Amino acid sequence: MNHIEFIPRKLKEKFPSVDFEASDYKGELTIKFDKKFIVDVCRFLQSDSELEFKLCPDITAIDWAVRKNRFTVVYNIFSLKNNFRLRLKCDVDESDCSINSVVSVWQSANWQERETFDMYGINFKNHPDLRRMYMPEEFEYHPLRKDFPLMGIPDSMPLPKK
Amino acid sequence: MDQLENEIHPKILQALLDSRNDFTLEDALENEMILNMGPQHPATHGVLRLLLRLDGEKIIACVPELGYLHRGYEKMAENMSYYEYIPHTDRLDYISPMANNVAWVLAVEKLAGIEAPKRAQYIRMMIAELARISSHLLAIGALAMDVGALTIFLWTLREREKVLDIWDILCGARFTNSYTRIGGVANDAQPEALSKAKWFIEQFEPNLAEIEQLINSNRIFIERVEGVGVISKEDAINLAFTGPNLRACGVEFDLRRNSPYLYYNEIDFRIPTYTEGDCLARYFLRLDECRESAKIVKQVLEKMPQGEVQANMPKKVIPQKDEVYTKMEELIHDFMIVNFGINPPVGEIYNAIEGSKGELGFYLVSKGEGKPWKCKIRSPSFNNLQALPKLVVGHMISDVVAIIGSIDPIMGEADK
Repeated sequence: MNHIEFIPRKLKEKFPSVDFEASDYKGELTIKFDKKFIVDVCRFLQSDSELEFKLCPDITAIDWAVRKNRFTVVYNIFSLKNNFRLRLKCDVDESDCSINSVVSVWQSANWQERETFDMYGINFKNHPDLRRMYMPEEFEYHPLRKDFPLMGIPDSMPLPKK
Repeated sequence: MDQLENEIHPKILQALLDSRNDFTLEDALENEMILNMGPQHPATHGVLRLLLRLDGEKIIACVPELGYLHRGYEKMAENMSYYEYIPHTDRLDYISPMANNVAWVLAVEKLAGIEAPKRAQYIRMMIAELARISSHLLAIGALAMDVGALTIFLWTLREREKVLDIWDILCGARFTNSYTRIGGVANDAQPEALSKAKWFIEQFEPNLAEIEQLINSNRIFIERVEGVGVISKEDAINLAFTGPNLRACGVEFDLRRNSPYLYYNEIDFRIPTYTEGDCLARYFLRLDECRESAKIVKQVLEKMPQGEVQANMPKKVIPQKDEVYTKMEELIHDFMIVNFGINPPVGEIYNAIEGSKGELGFYLVSKGEGKPWKCKIRSPSFNNLQALPKLVVGHMISDVVAIIGSIDPIMGEADK
């Protein structure tokens, strides 16, 4: 069974109204769709008996530094049953910088989404505990955004209280 | 309450408390209390901070705080060339730097379409397995030390020193190696290094058995770790456990077998699994994996072919220095690669290897420039630590130490 053709076809059958954009680069399948459907699609991929993407090793985002659809949230999921890795992508615009959280599908998304929120400032809606992962809570910026300078911003962090 | 809020950020406190607030710092026996463990604590394996909510000595809730070792390696990767980043990968999982080097160059080679010669791949396989042995030896020793058996730590570190000596001969550094290069390795493996590796593998097996004998029949050690920190198979997958921690729950998932990279498909090895999912199973699994790694190194040394150790791709692979100084073409390529980078084609890849802690992956996005547009490090320690609150709840404080030791997190990797 060829998963690179099979998975996009199966998704299209299940969600006829969603526009799936599948691409294959160096044997890695990427599926891009609207961010509204992220939880439904993820739940289907996780629970379908033929697919069973039970493992979610990584969630991250890309800052394209453009005005429209500035960010892309990237989900890297793995099916132990089929031994297949799939990448899901959803564009997020800066004016509505949020996407629904998939913690209800994979518990491991909890910290991964927190890290993405910390680094890019993307708001994960319905996340149970959306705090910063690495930076202190007082920090106002999101370091992995392209407009954050490499050397950091002087005086952006208060010194520890005595 | 006010005193606590001065010391702990209110948002962290909120996560710890759910909805209740009937605790004091003073009266630990009658009420609940908050204990701040770390970031400077010898048993947290680095700068991990745990906020524990206790009822007597029993843990009710736990909130880990990360970020004390956050150096922004992903941001730095976006501002330097693919070659420049190799030494920085040493600082991720600093217990097995060689494995990180291998993971990085394999990801870049996949992105840029470079194929390293077979001898270089075999050398990489050897160093990755030696890195696994050295990492597991430290994990075993530290776990035993955390629960009170100090001798094991000294014995495993004695074995680990021998691996570091091999690396010293190979690349001139014991700790931060930076041995691999894009398209190969820095230099061919010296005969002394190979013979030393062979000697190490031969004497490793009996020494490991000796180490095992010390604690496997030690009742105190077994009782401290058996049945502690149990996680079920489903929870482990849901929390994205990988590596030895996942295999100790009974899932036979190993990237060396599931998506073979390098030449692991030419090597005969077993993937040990345990079904208990407790600290003892994780300890036994690491011992078994050490033996399997030794077996792999032995086969690699036997099968290692002769030949080049750097790919012949002048526009992508930095030429050797002696050629740069004597030949015009090589000088030009060296100049171009150092100043403008190797410019992989536009695209994105994810490549993962089975690191000693689990799935160590790099997600790279290239815009056709000399620097990566985006580099994401999928670090196993970060994801393994996420399960810690689930594992420690219901246990004593002293068990927390054993559980952290058995998960084997490395904060350099978890905090990036």
